[in-house]
Amino acid sequence: MQKKVLRFQLNGQSMELLVSPDETLLDVIRDQLSLTGTKKGCGKGECGACTVIMNGKAVNSCVVPAMQAMDAEVETIEGIGTSDNLHPLQETFIDYGAIQCGFCTPGMIMSAKALLDKNLTPARLDIKEAIAGNICRCTGYVKIEQAVLAAADKMKENKGQ
Amino acid sequence: MLKDYVLAMSVEEALDSLKSHAGEARIIAGGTDAILDYQSGKLSAKCLVDISKIDKLKKIEYADGQIIIGAAVTHSEIKESSLIQSKAPLLAMASGSVGSLQIRNTATVAGNVVNAQPAADAAVALVALGAVAEIADHNGTHYVPVEEMYAGVGKSTVDASRQVVTAIRFPALQAKQGSSFVRLAQRGALALPILNVAVVLSLAADNVVEWVRIVMAPVAPKPLRASQTEKVLQGAVVTDQLIGEAARAAVVEASPRSSALRGSAEYRKEVLEVLVRRALDQAIVAAK
Repeated sequence: MQKKVLRFQLNGQSMELLVSPDETLLDVIRDQLSLTGTKKGCGKGECGACTVIMNGKAVNSCVVPAMQAMDAEVETIEGIGTSDNLHPLQETFIDYGAIQCGFCTPGMIMSAKALLDKNLTPARLDIKEAIAGNICRCTGYVKIEQAVLAAADKMKENKGQ
Repeated sequence: MLKDYVLAMSVEEALDSLKSHAGEARIIAGGTDAILDYQSGKLSAKCLVDISKIDKLKKIEYADGQIIIGAAVTHSEIKESSLIQSKAPLLAMASGSVGSLQIRNTATVAGNVVNAQPAADAAVALVALGAVAEIADHNGTHYVPVEEMYAGVGKSTVDASRQVVTAIRFPALQAKQGSSFVRLAQRGALALPILNVAVVLSLAADNVVEWVRIVMAPVAPKPLRASQTEKVLQGAVVTDQLIGEAARAAVVEASPRSSALRGSAEYRKEVLEVLVRRALDQAIVAAK
């Protein structure tokens, strides 16, 4: 098996590592880089638990061949805020009770961030479209929508300051 | 087992890679289907040749009345393209119905065709547009109507171990032409269609149907043209009665299968009539 060099930016840091031809971006993130915030749910691109942002777009990392991340900018949940300084989405997900078991949350936050990075005044339908590929079996989505709307308001305020 | 993964930077490089692997390599674009096929053992290639980074294939172009979509163009790019929204709105709707946003951000329109699922939304719209695929191999470039690229369910006539679809092209809609894409699914998002219907038509003076293409799925092993129904409409003056007759005629041409998840054959036939009528109505409104 011929391993190849993959270079990309992960959460703002340059990465260079060897990947096998059958590895997915999710394999690289979880197994090689030990960043386990990104979850493996269905492994088939249906549940969205593995969502990361690649070149500004939300993608299912479980069905992205690792080599497709070549020269890309990839963001995972680990790059979004810190324990001391949460991202507005992380704050509002907590404030609005948009988390129960938490398994879908990293993917949900990444999908929401990809939306808000481009659109700070989303309609409810925009939010629904952005998170339709993220399956949550606990909360029922209403609180998640509220949290995303509230985060958009916070981000607008922060921007205005 | 996969031994190599090639990120091709040109179509020539992709073809050369295929050739050097002598039938054991295959083309991959977005990868959303190919990765799963590989993991489930359905795809036995030793090398994947990735065409998603080829700049030339990432373009949506308009030239001489034709729209040309490169093979690396994603569903999201189609959905958001103002050119497609104005000159082939049914395709923007169809691509917008595929999978989830995450899937649309990586899956390609050309892949939707090559994967050869009978009800693939974008492919159904492309057949209605009279689209033709541009296929490159070592003997040159070939042009094959999308409608003729189905060898069976999930089987394309394109041999991905020696051929590359490089683009899909079709005539842009003109004045007095209209299109529609109608879809029935169990949910508003992330659901395979129970049925989908695409219509492209052209109106002549006095509301006469100059020509029409009606495509229905999944009611056959491929996106099905309602050819007999099209003949009924061609040259006729649009009336509610005519549309009703056409919708009933289209159902006769369809042979849907029963699905435990997506409706019985009987149910699908009942609602197909409604969907065809709606699709024709919408396309006529759009043409006027």
